[in-house]
Amino acid sequence: METGAVLEMRGICKYFPGVRALEQVDFTLREGEIHALMGENGAGKSTLIKVLTGVYPKDGGEIRLKGSDKPVHIRSPQEAQNMGISTVYQEITLCPNLTVAENMYIGRTKGPLTNWRKINNDAGKLLDSLGIPALPAQQLGSCSIAVQQMVAIARAVDMECKVLILDEPTSSLDEQEVEKLFKLMRDLKEKGVGIIFVTHFLEQVYEVCDRITVLRDGTLVGEYVIEDLPRVQLVSKMLGKDFDDMADIKSESDTDKIDYNSTPVYEAKKLAGTTGIKPFDFSIHKGEVNGFTGLLGSGRSECVRAIFGADKVSGGTVMMNGKKVKINKPLDAMKNGISYLPEDRKRDGIVGDLSVRDNIILALQVMKGFFRPFSRAQAEAFADEYIKLLSIKTASSETPIKSLSGGNQQKVILARWLLANPVYLILDEPTRGIDIGTKVEIQKLVLKLAAEGKSVTFISSEIDEMIRTCSRLVVMRDGKVVGELSGNDLNQNKIMATIAGGESK
Amino acid sequence: MKKLVSILLTAAFVATMAIGMCACSKSEDDGDKLIKVGIINNDPNESGYRTANDNDMKATFTKENGYDASFAYSLKNEEQIAAAQKFIQDEVDYLLISAAGTSGWDSVLKDAKDAGIKVILFDRTIDADESLYEASIVSDMAKEGETAVDWLASQNLSEYNVIHIQGVMGSSAQIGRSGALDAKVAAEDNWNIVTQQTAEWNAENAQQIVQAVIDSGESFNVIYAENDDMAKGAVQALDKANISHGVGKDVIVIGFDCNKWALEELLAGNWNYDGQCNPFQASYIDDIIKNGAKQKVVIMEEKGFDATTITQDDVDKYGI
Amino acid sequence: MSTSQKDLKLKKRSFSAFLGNMVRQQLFIPVAALLILVLFNLIMDPSFFKIELGHNSAGDPVLSGYLITIIDYASELAILAIGMTLVTSASGGQDISVGAAMAIAGSVVLRVLCGNNPRPEHMQTSIIVAFLIAVLVSMCFGAFNGMLVAFFKIQPMVATLILYTAGRSIAAWINKNKLPVISDPSFGYFGNSIPGIPLPTPIFIAVICMIIIAVVLKFTNLRLYSQSVGINSSSSRLNGINPQMVKFLTFVILGVCVAVAGFIKVSRLSTINYSVIAKDIEMDAILAVALGGNSLGGGKFNMKASIIGAYVIQFLTTTLTKFKVNSTAIPAYKAVVVIILVVLSAPIVREKMGTLRKKLARSKGNVGKEVA
Repeated sequence: METGAVLEMRGICKYFPGVRALEQVDFTLREGEIHALMGENGAGKSTLIKVLTGVYPKDGGEIRLKGSDKPVHIRSPQEAQNMGISTVYQEITLCPNLTVAENMYIGRTKGPLTNWRKINNDAGKLLDSLGIPALPAQQLGSCSIAVQQMVAIARAVDMECKVLILDEPTSSLDEQEVEKLFKLMRDLKEKGVGIIFVTHFLEQVYEVCDRITVLRDGTLVGEYVIEDLPRVQLVSKMLGKDFDDMADIKSESDTDKIDYNSTPVYEAKKLAGTTGIKPFDFSIHKGEVNGFTGLLGSGRSECVRAIFGADKVSGGTVMMNGKKVKINKPLDAMKNGISYLPEDRKRDGIVGDLSVRDNIILALQVMKGFFRPFSRAQAEAFADEYIKLLSIKTASSETPIKSLSGGNQQKVILARWLLANPVYLILDEPTRGIDIGTKVEIQKLVLKLAAEGKSVTFISSEIDEMIRTCSRLVVMRDGKVVGELSGNDLNQNKIMATIAGGESK
Repeated sequence: MKKLVSILLTAAFVATMAIGMCACSKSEDDGDKLIKVGIINNDPNESGYRTANDNDMKATFTKENGYDASFAYSLKNEEQIAAAQKFIQDEVDYLLISAAGTSGWDSVLKDAKDAGIKVILFDRTIDADESLYEASIVSDMAKEGETAVDWLASQNLSEYNVIHIQGVMGSSAQIGRSGALDAKVAAEDNWNIVTQQTAEWNAENAQQIVQAVIDSGESFNVIYAENDDMAKGAVQALDKANISHGVGKDVIVIGFDCNKWALEELLAGNWNYDGQCNPFQASYIDDIIKNGAKQKVVIMEEKGFDATTITQDDVDKYGI
Repeated sequence: MSTSQKDLKLKKRSFSAFLGNMVRQQLFIPVAALLILVLFNLIMDPSFFKIELGHNSAGDPVLSGYLITIIDYASELAILAIGMTLVTSASGGQDISVGAAMAIAGSVVLRVLCGNNPRPEHMQTSIIVAFLIAVLVSMCFGAFNGMLVAFFKIQPMVATLILYTAGRSIAAWINKNKLPVISDPSFGYFGNSIPGIPLPTPIFIAVICMIIIAVVLKFTNLRLYSQSVGINSSSSRLNGINPQMVKFLTFVILGVCVAVAGFIKVSRLSTINYSVIAKDIEMDAILAVALGGNSLGGGKFNMKASIIGAYVIQFLTTTLTKFKVNSTAIPAYKAVVVIILVVLSAPIVREKMGTLRKKLARSKGNVGKEVA
C-alpha cells in the first residue's frame, strides 16, 4: 500500500445485467486530502461509491484500508461505517422531526438506557468545534438545508471516520453556505481525514480539492494533481473529446438583433406575490435571453413563479405584446404562451410513474383540453420527435420517466415545454444536478431558441452559465430587484458586487 | 388550516352527540304528578324489530298515560351506561334498559338502587345480580325455535331436507333459533341439514346461499331462515329456479320476526310459517310499574303463525 | 441447424418472452387468481361450470348455474370498483362510505317510487325518474366527500368516515324508518331478469357501465389527469391541471357508480334493510382495486384489472359457499386467499418474481448452450 494512503481500491469491477458499470478502476485516497471524483452522469462515480460503502458487492478487485494488511470485504453500509467510511448524501437522510443531537447519535447508543443530557453536551461541543450554527436540542427540520447537511457531516465525523464521502453536498446550498462547508472540509482535512468529494461544480473542485480522479464510461481516465489539470482539459477528459471552450457558446447568439424599442413580449408592472417578494417591474423582448440572479432565497425563483402564476399573485398588471392579460394560475400563463420549467425537478417537474411520452405531451394536452385527448399515434409521434430532437436517452417512450437519469429527465421536461410552443420560456435552474454534456446542450438550445425569436428567462446558480447565455441580468436581494446588468457590466465581479450590495469596486 | 378543520369537525361531532343525548331528556317541570322514566334503547334504525319496539315504547309512555319519558339511543354499551348515569342524575323514577352488551352494568345499577330508582330490563338480559333490577322482560329465543320446529315436525313429512340460514353468529336470536333445529336434526333420522350457513340477517347473502344449493342440484324441501329478510332472499332464489314454495308446494318456508309484509306472504300462501319475536314489551312494563312485579323474569307470550290459519286481523295486529 | 429447428427455437423463445411479458403485466395477478379458482373448481367438481336453461316461477326462460350466479352477483362490486379505482388513483386514498351511500341511494329510489305510502299498489313515478333522482342525490354525497378531500385536504378515509357512520341512519330517515316494499314486478327486472331475456339484468348494467367508462377514458383525459394528480399533484398543477377539481370529480363519478349499484341492490329484493344492505361492500371494493395490482397510494391504475378483481372476489365467495365451508370460517378462508393475492400483487414481490424468472431463464439458456 502506498505510504500515506488511507484507502486503496485496485482493479474494481462491477457488472449489472447488460451493463459494464466499472471495469478495472483504481482509486487512491491519501491522508488529509480532498479528492474530487469527477465524471459525467453514468461514468461510474456513484457505483464506485456504492461499492466502497458496501451497498453493492464488487465483482472484482480489492479494497485495502490503512491499518489492515489484508484486503477488506465490505458487505453493508453498516460494516463500512464500522471500518471508518462515512457517507453524506446529496439528499438529506436524517430525520427532520428529531432534534439535532438525536440525529447525530441515533442508532449509536448502546444499551437500553440513554443519557440524553450527556449526548446533548457532546453534540454541543462537536457542533461548536466544527463551527456549525445549530443547537443540539433544536429540531433538525427547523434548520436550513445547509445546516442539516453539516449536521450530517458532524454525525459522520463523530463516528471517527478515516474516509468521508461527500456526494453532491453543495447542490442545494448558496455561496455563503458553500463557503462554510468548505471551511469545515478544510478543518477536517487538517485533522487527517481523507475526503472524497463528488460534485458537478467545476469551480468548487478548483477551490477546495487537491487531486482529481476522472472516470468515463466505467473506466479510469486518470488521477491528476489539481495544478496540472486546467479546467478545459478536465472537461475534455470527462467528455472524452477535445472540447471547444464553453465560452464559444456566446458567439452563436446575436444580441444586436434584439429590438429594444418594440413592444415587449411580456411586461409586468408592480407584480406582487404572496411569497415574500416586493412588487417588481419586469419585461422581456422578442429573441431576448435574460436571467434572474441572486443568492438562494433572494426571491429569484419566486419572481418567475409569480410570472407563471404558480403562486398566488396579489397585485400588479401584466401585458403580453401590449395587451393586458390576467394570469392567476398556471393554465392562464400557458394559454398566453408562457412555459415554465421549475427549479425542483423531482417535486414540481416530473410525474414519476408516468411514461416519457405522457410526460412530454402533458402540458400541450392540458392546453388542448380535457375532452380532446391526443390519439395514441399522435402522442407517440410527438414523443418520438422530441426524444430524437433533444437526443433523450430512454429505452422507449413507454419507459417511466423516473427511471431516466437526471439530465434526461430534465430534457423530457424541456421537451414538454418546447412542445407547448411558447413565445416566452422560463427555465429555472435547468442545469442543476445534471452532467456537463447536457448542461452545454441546454445552454446551446436556449440560445438557439432565442435566435428563433422566442424569449427566454434563464436562471442558474452558476454565474458562468448566466454570463454565457444571458444578454441581461436582473439581480435580486432579499425579495427585491436591486439592479439590472447588461452589456459590458455582465462580468463576474460586477455581478458579485451587485448581489452583495454596497459600492462596487 | 387542516388543524382548524379537524378541530371544528370534532367540536361539531361532540356537540351533535351532546345534543342527541340531552335533547331527548328535556322535559317540562310538571313532573310531580307524572312518573319520570328514562328509557335506554338500541338505535331504532337497527332493524324493523327495533323500530316497532321503539314506536311501541313511545306510544305507551305518554303524558296521557301518566308518564314523563326521556329516550337515549345507542348501539354501544359504554354510551348506554353514560346515558344511564345521566338519567340517574336527572332523578328519574324508573330506568328502562335494553342493553347493547351484557356486562359492565353493575356499578351504574347500584348507583340507581342507592338513588331509589327502579330498574326494569326489557328485551335483553344482563349479567348482574337479580337484586339490582325489578324485573326483566324478555323473549325466549329458544322457545321461539322450539315452537317453530314443533310446528315443522307436525307437518309429518317423510323426510326433512333443510336449508338452514343463520343470523349473525353468536347473537341470542341465532343461538336460540339454531339450537332447537340442531337438537331435532340430531334426534331424528329423517331430518337432514342440506346446508347450514350464516347470511348475517342479510337477504342477499341468503339468496346466494340458496342459489348455491340450487346450482349444485341437491334436493331440499324446507327453508329455515332465522329472520324474515333472509327468508325473502331465499324465496327470491327459489322463484328464479322455478321451485314452488308455500302451502301445499314443494318447499316449506319458515321465517321469524313477523314483519307485516312477511305475514302478508303467509296470508297469500307463499310462505308456511312465521315465528313471532315480540317487540311489544311496553304494556308489560306499564303493568309492572303500575301494579308491581310479580316475578323477576317475565317471558313474553309469543306466537307462531301458520299460513293455513292466519287471518287479516293477525296481520294487522301482530305485523311490525 | 436446419431451418425448421431454427424456427422452432425462435418460436420457443418468443413464447417464453410472451410468458415473461405476461408475468410483468399488471393484469397477470387477477387473471391468474381467476384461472386458479377455475382450475380448482374444475378438478373438484366439473359440474361447477354447468349452465342450464330453465324457467323461473313466472314461466320466463332463465339461465342458471354457478357461473351465471357469479357474474350476476359481482355486478355491483364491479361497478363500484370502477369509481373506487378512479378515487384511489387521484386522491391516493379510498372511500369507505360506499356501502352506506348505496343504502342512501337505494332508499331514495324507494322513497321516490313509493311516495308517502310504504306499500303502494302502483309506483308513484316512473323508475327512470327515481333512478335519476338517486343518481343526483348520490352525486351530491360524492361531492360532499370530494369537497372534504380536495378542498379541505382531509385524508379520504377520514373524510368518508363521516358518511360511513351517518349514511345508514340517513337512509332510514329518508323513508321515515319504514320498510317500503314495491309489489310491481317491473321494478324487480333490474335486479333479476327481464321476461324473455335469460341472463340476469345486473350483468347488462355492469357491462354498460364498463363500456361507458371505457369510452370516457378513451375520449377524455380522465386517465392522464387523475394519474398525474395522484403521482405528483404539485407538478400537475404547474402543468395547468387543477388537482382539486380532478379529485373532486373522481368522487362525483364514484357517486354515480354508487347510485347504479344501490339501484341494482334494492331492485333485487324490491325492498331495503338499512342496516344490512351492501354491508361491508366498501372493503370488497377496495380489495378489488388492490387485487388488480393498483397501488392504493394513488397514481397509475389499470381499470380492467380492478374489474377482474371484483369478479375474482365474487368467484371466491361463491366457491366457498358451494363447498359449504363452515359459515363462521368463511371470512377466515377469504382472508387467507386475499392475503396471498395481495402479497403476490405487491410491486416488491412482482419485482422479485421478475428477477427470479430471469435467473431461471438464464440458467436454462446456459444448459441449452451446453447441450448444443
